[in-house]
Amino acid sequence: MMLAVWSLTVRDILRFVRQRSRIVGALGSPILFWFVIGSGLGRSFQGSTPGGGYLEYFFPGTLALIILFTAIFAEISVIEDRQEGFLQGVLVAPVPRMAIVLGKVLGGASLAFVQACLFLLAAPLAHVPLTVASFASTAAVLAVLSVGLTGLGFLIAWSLDSTQGFHAIMNLFLVPMWLLSGALFPAAGAAPWIRVLMRVNPLTYGVEALRLALYGHAGLAAPLALTAAFAAIMLGAGAAIVRRPLKG
Amino acid sequence: MAAVAALEVEALRHLYGERVALDGVSFTVAPGELFALLGPNGGGKTTLFRITSTLLTPTSGHVRVFGTDVVQDPHGARRRLGVVFQSAAIDPRLTVGENLRHHGHLFGLTGRVLADRTRDALEAVHLTDRVTDMAGTLSGGLQRRTELAKTLLTRPELLLLDEPTTGLDPSARRDVREQLLRFRAQGMTVVMTTHLMDEAAACDRVAILHKGRVVAQGPPSTLVEAVGGDVVVVTAKDPEVLAQKIEARFGTRADRLGDRLRIEKARGHEFVPALVEAFPGEIDSVTFGRPTLEDAFVHFTGEHLA
Repeated sequence: MMLAVWSLTVRDILRFVRQRSRIVGALGSPILFWFVIGSGLGRSFQGSTPGGGYLEYFFPGTLALIILFTAIFAEISVIEDRQEGFLQGVLVAPVPRMAIVLGKVLGGASLAFVQACLFLLAAPLAHVPLTVASFASTAAVLAVLSVGLTGLGFLIAWSLDSTQGFHAIMNLFLVPMWLLSGALFPAAGAAPWIRVLMRVNPLTYGVEALRLALYGHAGLAAPLALTAAFAAIMLGAGAAIVRRPLKG
Repeated sequence: MAAVAALEVEALRHLYGERVALDGVSFTVAPGELFALLGPNGGGKTTLFRITSTLLTPTSGHVRVFGTDVVQDPHGARRRLGVVFQSAAIDPRLTVGENLRHHGHLFGLTGRVLADRTRDALEAVHLTDRVTDMAGTLSGGLQRRTELAKTLLTRPELLLLDEPTTGLDPSARRDVREQLLRFRAQGMTVVMTTHLMDEAAACDRVAILHKGRVVAQGPPSTLVEAVGGDVVVVTAKDPEVLAQKIEARFGTRADRLGDRLRIEKARGHEFVPALVEAFPGEIDSVTFGRPTLEDAFVHFTGEHLA
């Protein structure tokens, strides 16, 4: 089982590395977002941010965005695998179905994790203080969040048969999910109905956990546990959907 | 007790909504056989293939691979199966070697064993010099050979192939067929779907699948014998009228296939001159021959395959 997971994971990483444009897209656009939105909104932003300025407030949200973009785009490969015929070859191999889910999710999650960590290392350049301890705890949150969001991407990609459909879902569902996660603005100043949405949004807790870990604040356990629960649910649902036999 | 069948299909039915794709299909393949499922597109071949390869759950009925039920124990069946799909199940962005290594890993092969088998498999299909080529850059024939190499790697007891030579040029086609014969010589059971007569004719046994049913099965020679006599094909300006006249005059059925009439007749060499004498000016051409598997197909289904 572990061999199959490993092999599928390595394959996705190899595919990623061989497509340079994906690296640029996944890492480049969030950084651009961070810099442009952060600089643009910075002066008008009056929130109570731990680090002070808006670029600092926005930093954990950008980490979440890098994870989201990389994880989600990595799982488009599920659709490509299906179209290229590769997936059916995997499905008829004597491999536990959970291994197929784990292989696909861990491949995308490792990519997301590594890219987010690279961005995290650049934190001091953005005047975000970084210690060994805060790096370690933030990286731990990033790892859990990577698995959760990639798992979500896997679920969506598995149920779709076209990459166009995937982009539609991305714009309609995933980007709003990020917008309403506390990445851009805190819940405190938002309208009540927005606050409700933010509360039920699983990504809110991931961004919260990132923020707490990054700035070394207390209370990390609860949002981290919720994020881990989200990841576990995504993997479980993934295994269930793969096991479900096709009825044609 | 008789040996366990390599493949046993029993009263298999499958519906897509209201549409019946398989309507009570039963047949058995003995270990070591080279077996063809012959039929037109839409006849149910691919549905049968997908069920047998554990990708699709049938509406009812059973499929057993060396006694293992594909619905009850798909994992067990997958261990015994090798599957070659019509569209290559290889990753175009990995090299040939990486594709093979990955496939081996899925079947639990590693290290020395995997390395040895990879080398042997590549040699067997003459791909050794392509091992570092990206799979996506290979021609259709070479991709199919990569598929066959994957199969050699895992040494399945039953190899399933869906239209193994479709889309290949004649030399690549011959290549694949020779490889399948070698597989059989090594004791592997091979079951393939095909719509090509010459491909089916080279198999040990053939089942003709038509409109979701097996309308005939047996060795190609036996199927051909069922035609009974010779086959006379007539082209005419007005085949419909001529068919009626032939039936009235000779008491022989003439099946219309497009602009041609097809007549099965014992002692055809005596029938041809009589036929030409009987309808001067109405016949454009007559061909006469021993029946082939294609004639057997028409005999059993009443339709042309092409």
